[in-house]
Amino acid sequence: MEPQTPAPTLTGAEILWAVLAGEGVTTVFGYPGGAILPIYDALRKFPIHHVLVRHEQGAAHMADGYARASGRVGVCMATSGPGATNLVTGLATAMLDSIPVVAITGQVSSKVLGSDAFQEVDITGITLPITKHNFLVTRAEDIAPAVRRAFQIARSGRPGPVLVDITKDAQQATAAFDFETAKPLPVRPHPMLRAESTSFQQAVDLILGARRPILLAGHGITQSGAEAEVLAFAEARQIPIATTLLGLGSIPAGHPLSLGMMGMHGESWVNTAIQQSDLLLAFGMRFDDRVTGNIASYAPKAKKIHIEIDPSEINKNVKVDVALIGDLKETLARLLPQLPKKMDASWLKEINASKGTAAVRDIINLPDNGHLYAAHVIHDIWREAQAAGREHDTVIVTDVGQHQMWEAQYFKHEAPRSLVTSGGLGTMGFALPAAIGAKSACPQKDVWVIAGDGGFQMTACELSTIVQEGLAINIAVINNGFLGMVRQWQETFYDKNYSASPILSPDFVKLAGAHGIEGATVSTRRDVTSTVTHARTSGKAFLINFHVEKEDAVYPMIAPGAALHEMVRRPDRDPLLETAEDE
Amino acid sequence: MLHTFVALVEDKPGVLTRVASLFRRLNINIVSLTVGESERADTSRMTIVCEAPEGAAHRIRASLYKLEITVDVDEVGRSEAVIRELCLIKVAAGPNSPHGQQSRSQIFELATVFRARVVDLAPESIMLEMTGAASKIEGLIQVLRESSFDILEVSRTGRMAMRRGHHTSRVLKALGTPGSQPFSAEQNADEPDYALKPASEDFLANQFPEVHEEEQ
Repeated sequence: MEPQTPAPTLTGAEILWAVLAGEGVTTVFGYPGGAILPIYDALRKFPIHHVLVRHEQGAAHMADGYARASGRVGVCMATSGPGATNLVTGLATAMLDSIPVVAITGQVSSKVLGSDAFQEVDITGITLPITKHNFLVTRAEDIAPAVRRAFQIARSGRPGPVLVDITKDAQQATAAFDFETAKPLPVRPHPMLRAESTSFQQAVDLILGARRPILLAGHGITQSGAEAEVLAFAEARQIPIATTLLGLGSIPAGHPLSLGMMGMHGESWVNTAIQQSDLLLAFGMRFDDRVTGNIASYAPKAKKIHIEIDPSEINKNVKVDVALIGDLKETLARLLPQLPKKMDASWLKEINASKGTAAVRDIINLPDNGHLYAAHVIHDIWREAQAAGREHDTVIVTDVGQHQMWEAQYFKHEAPRSLVTSGGLGTMGFALPAAIGAKSACPQKDVWVIAGDGGFQMTACELSTIVQEGLAINIAVINNGFLGMVRQWQETFYDKNYSASPILSPDFVKLAGAHGIEGATVSTRRDVTSTVTHARTSGKAFLINFHVEKEDAVYPMIAPGAALHEMVRRPDRDPLLETAEDE
Repeated sequence: MLHTFVALVEDKPGVLTRVASLFRRLNINIVSLTVGESERADTSRMTIVCEAPEGAAHRIRASLYKLEITVDVDEVGRSEAVIRELCLIKVAAGPNSPHGQQSRSQIFELATVFRARVVDLAPESIMLEMTGAASKIEGLIQVLRESSFDILEVSRTGRMAMRRGHHTSRVLKALGTPGSQPFSAEQNADEPDYALKPASEDFLANQFPEVHEEEQ
């Protein structure tokens, strides 16, 4: 045994960086300020790269995008008061989508806590419902245990964001620090996470008896790293797979069993198949209202098996017949050997036959009429990735709205973590900062931002961060002059009263230019491919401002409260196409 | 319906807020909440009584479990647990009170019947202490009111619950009992499996809420 050397004494700030480094953190996203200055002062001693953001919301989204693209824990930092409150939207986004993020905030000195000191805010109180857990640390010796626990909590079970609020005096004070005992804590299993063997038998019986099963593939597949197991499971029983928005990519879109996205803007045959199914296998998904439509009429004939790591999700929205609580990968490893192979593909054939005219109606299959549709843009970005052989090395980061749904429909995701999107909270302004996080995590991948003209303006200040970091991020602004999804709802449900949905935008190419980013405006279909290729191969950041059809709508669509099978299909002949004579 | 949860939680600042915030988020009204030290160091035991739909119990319990400060959660029904409440009642008992000079002796009598204790005697008032099921406490208060006694103050702790017999939580079993021998496999072999549900309702025959031992 090596002789015991006394633990070195470090400042709280140094302990923080030492623990972060010990956790394998190489990049943090943050913004300095008074109450976190001791931490920033100590940064130079540690091999960690700090990305200076332009707004703390961006820091939280970057940590989130970093975590989603890489599977590692994302770290963001902010000072006390306004710095901390600016993190709130980003933490809530990570919470709703179960993303492992650790946020470090500075806090006023413990002696003045609770006295409304300058830039003091009760951030642990504020973030209580939007973090998995949070800590207020007032002593230097408590920093290492708290940060280690924060990483452990963020990663364990159903991942989520954790905030550590550290007072300025704790950052400045010194404490003994032992690198060995500050090693990362192992992932902690949840005491309730144990599926009963009787449940396994019930699940096996239901699967063997099912004639029209559908596998609902959720975000949990990628979270658990169970892509191979899920595919093996589906192939063994010839079970068609429908994916949630966050499940896209967990199953290769080109796989014969892959049906596509379910839910509000899912393809008609997917939702119809769910409604006709006699067994739903929900893997790592939570029956969100965007997925189920009207609960009362959701998959009425189907038995339901729910494999889920979070016990509080069981029977929350949809009552299930068998719940297998636990990690998906481990659960499937137990379940799979109990299932004999089945080769009958008649159910899949039946679903494929029900596609009918859907493909013909699809806008990307209609001839060029001079108009540019967002679908074309996204389809071309996908074809560009495919043509370059970069399907597995392209990450699309979307904002929220119509373009997000078009992306989900027209970009065929073949690889896990190839789509970064805010599903649960639906945070506009997410795309640009999250893409910076994704590119920082995966510099060798092509990272595309796809954002609307509305959402892009919410966090456009981060263009400057891209330049400062020298990141080659491609940006596609789907510009239709409207808050598109709001406009679509107003068209459908509010009698075309376009209240506050038309939006004026700056010239995005000039805006990019002002930041030192090249750009181009595209308004015809024939220019899309060449510009997309140019952007991808330019080797630096590039912004394309796509002027697309103003009043286009996302179809299919299920009205809120309607059942899955009551979807509004794509128009048989797009009325917009018929007005194309002016071209 | 009323649900009763017994939670073992860490004894740290902010724990109560985390638990209370959970119920607020679920839009569930807390009927009563008691917290105090438990048999384990650095942990408190909470009894939370809340009004929620029948099917909500699982989700509340699972959500409580999701809190990082939670060690263990149990949901207990009335038949399987001892549920008690402590109540202090101050009643006017001076010469000018409704029953005049007779007040004291009459309150003493009532206290004896209800097994309440007199814990303070002042010239103008008497303080009673009573421990029991909520219904018994309500019974005493009702009798005092109906007998025209002037109730000056009532302070109730809210319900505390403890499961009868050996606990069924595998978490607590794994943790072992503080102060006793560490939990070992040999000990376990002789013990019946308390996790099993009792075979019949007869097993619970002595567990009606009105039967309870008077503490001295």
